[in-house]
Amino acid sequence: MMEFELADLTSEERAFRDEVRLFFEDNLTPEMRRAGRMITWAFSEFEYGRRWQKILHQRGWGAPYWPVEYGGTGWTPRQHYIYEMESMRASPPSVMNMGKTLCAPCIMEFGTPEQKQEFLPRMLAGEDWWAQGYSEPGSGSDLASLRLSAVSDGDHYVLNGSKIWTTYAHHANRIFCLTRTSSEGRKQAGITFLLADMNTPGIQVRPLINIAGDHEFNQVFFTDVRVPKSRRLGEENQGWKVARHLLKYEHSGGGRMSGELRRRVALVTDIASQESDGNGGLLIDDPDFSRQLAEVAMALEAIEFANLQVLQAMKKGEAPPPSIPLLRIRSRELGQRITELGMDAIAHYAAPFQPQARAVDNPEPAIGPEDGVIATPLYLSQRASTIAGGTPDIQHNNVARALLGL
Amino acid sequence: MPYWPATPLNSTACKPEQKLNRAQSPQGADVDHVFNDEQRMLRDSVRRLVSQRYSFEQRRAIVASEAGWSPEIWAEFAEMGLLALPFAEQDGGMGGGALETLIVMEALGRGIVVEPYLPTVVMAGGLLRHCGNDELKARLIPGIAEGRQRHAFAYTEPRSRFNPANVSTRARREGGGYRLDGYKSVVYGAPMADGLFVTARTAGGELDRQGISVFYVDARAPGVSRRDFRTIDGMRASEVQLSGVAVGGDALLGPADQGLALIERVLDESAAAVCAEAAGAMMVLNDKTLEYTRTRVAFGQTLSAFQVIQHRLVDLRVACEYGNAVALMAALKLDSAPAERARAVSAAKAMLGRDSRYVGQTAIQLHGAIGMTDDLDIGHYFKRLTAIGWQFGNADHHLRRFWSHFRGTEARALSKEAA
Repeated sequence: MMEFELADLTSEERAFRDEVRLFFEDNLTPEMRRAGRMITWAFSEFEYGRRWQKILHQRGWGAPYWPVEYGGTGWTPRQHYIYEMESMRASPPSVMNMGKTLCAPCIMEFGTPEQKQEFLPRMLAGEDWWAQGYSEPGSGSDLASLRLSAVSDGDHYVLNGSKIWTTYAHHANRIFCLTRTSSEGRKQAGITFLLADMNTPGIQVRPLINIAGDHEFNQVFFTDVRVPKSRRLGEENQGWKVARHLLKYEHSGGGRMSGELRRRVALVTDIASQESDGNGGLLIDDPDFSRQLAEVAMALEAIEFANLQVLQAMKKGEAPPPSIPLLRIRSRELGQRITELGMDAIAHYAAPFQPQARAVDNPEPAIGPEDGVIATPLYLSQRASTIAGGTPDIQHNNVARALLGL
Repeated sequence: MPYWPATPLNSTACKPEQKLNRAQSPQGADVDHVFNDEQRMLRDSVRRLVSQRYSFEQRRAIVASEAGWSPEIWAEFAEMGLLALPFAEQDGGMGGGALETLIVMEALGRGIVVEPYLPTVVMAGGLLRHCGNDELKARLIPGIAEGRQRHAFAYTEPRSRFNPANVSTRARREGGGYRLDGYKSVVYGAPMADGLFVTARTAGGELDRQGISVFYVDARAPGVSRRDFRTIDGMRASEVQLSGVAVGGDALLGPADQGLALIERVLDESAAAVCAEAAGAMMVLNDKTLEYTRTRVAFGQTLSAFQVIQHRLVDLRVACEYGNAVALMAALKLDSAPAERARAVSAAKAMLGRDSRYVGQTAIQLHGAIGMTDDLDIGHYFKRLTAIGWQFGNADHHLRRFWSHFRGTEARALSKEAA
């Protein structure tokens, strides 16, 4: 697998890299690394992510990119990149992150001092786990058409409706929601952003098993759920503004994405280096297969380089540049393409349905190559990566409007 | 008290009254002219059986059952003559040919049927039909045709990938018979099989095209051990270990050492069969996706009103039409000379391998997240098409195999014409 290093690391940066590397070596148990490798959709088995967040927090790295005043690290963009790359090498558990990456920036921007004090430290410490209540059964890419109603009743809102595709809501103790408080005017104008506790009476979680056989998604039902108005983020009917702020952040994170893609390329390379081509050689030397692998590896290097340019250009605290959706379109499709190769690499052994073989604790012996147990579930689960957070069609529309001025 | 409210998940999916007029759906209309009246009747009755007795809910129950297949459905297959279909009349069969198998497999694809028809009737049946071992035929064909027995073809090994000549399993002569040792991987249909057809090396080294023989092994014979598992497409398969399994001389299917021609013929027939199955599954995905986009509303209009979606729906339909055509092309060439047969089957399998992947992925993409759920049938069609993609060789393999035959014949002829 290609080795990618930042050109011209300063001696401070080199020392930083070594520090990060050592930290991972010292703190990652084999089980945690396995939890990091066995990701098919977004996150590791929850418990391992929870433990890892606590370790990160102790080291002061619970949310490196947060502003220092809230517990961030104050690293330079290059340091962040170094950290992501080291993280990719070490394969730590992927931590359920909707709270610290999606909700936290909104709280920092729009929250009251009390809200900041109540929520941010607990996110950092791995004490609160947030689900994202955005999509609804009738409102996916057309998010602003959402209907979960929040009716004012004294100092509470009363919620009725449901949210869907809420990743890991079954592990969350809190949920940030877009709710409908008015149907007057533009559909974006009647939305309010609320922060609710999952244990509020009237909230029910229904598991949705995905096509890989995994429980990642849920539908969350709200029946007369009372949320105090003190849990409103921003003004009533101004929730879309809050959400837009959040969407900007959801669309960044290029470093983490390319780290994940790199891990997938490494996985395919490892498999192909062991698997037979059927004719006495190794698959990695098969000209058809290696050409396809070269294409994704090449595209990945280009994406990494482009991401790095974005990162270098971003001054601290500024919003990501508008070209990020362009990189994102490509990296998601590339991510899916890599998973096809992983499945192609193991041929017939892509067939067994063996979720127990990819468990972190006491896995069953694999049917077929050990590295291959994740290949098919990864392929299946990642079909959602061009659906979640807006389809490529929506991305194309946005880019046509915002970048091309069409 | 249920854990969650009983709101149906797919409440936003299509309403029945808005379903397509089925008469307008192609359903292989373009290839319809090749069928005679009997074949059309066969098609209609198998499709009726699948639609009436193999709903998605019924299939789900069968997939979840301990056995993983349905003896009741199997009995109905026998009743209808589907299990006797490809065998010669003098062997107790119906004398059906490649088109009859195409018709049945296409209909099974429409219902993503998990019954072991392919391993039993197409694969084991094909081996028996072409093998020339009359005793074995007389012994086994009635059991298949009457629905009493099921079989599986154990030809893949951990290192064989898509090369059926890559055989490490060995059969050593012992007395009047043989003793088999080896390991076969991902043998579809083995858990419910009464017998296994096993490829084994009787001479030569791992990659030699000569020296391969095919044996019939009782699935319960001493020395046969299995690790059974579910497959992602809802079927059952096994890893099969053969440790000193003794068989008689009469267990040999064809001439010793010369089994590869038989194996390749049956694998081509099997590849053609899954092409037909894929064509059926693709057409269902096409229809369901069209229906869904006509009813799902986003940004104030149905998805099908967006031009970008319309173009993709057209691409889906194009892929389906080609799928039908190439599945038929493969079927019609199955009784041709080996090189011609191989070329047609590989062309079909390579094209369908790509197109079925495209159709499956696009069906999910256009359904959105709901297409990703285990609750909806879309993902299950997608997974069967995914598995068909590598069964009997993936698109890359067949592209190369096509070229190896094409370059020797057509390419030269074409270049002469051009000159």
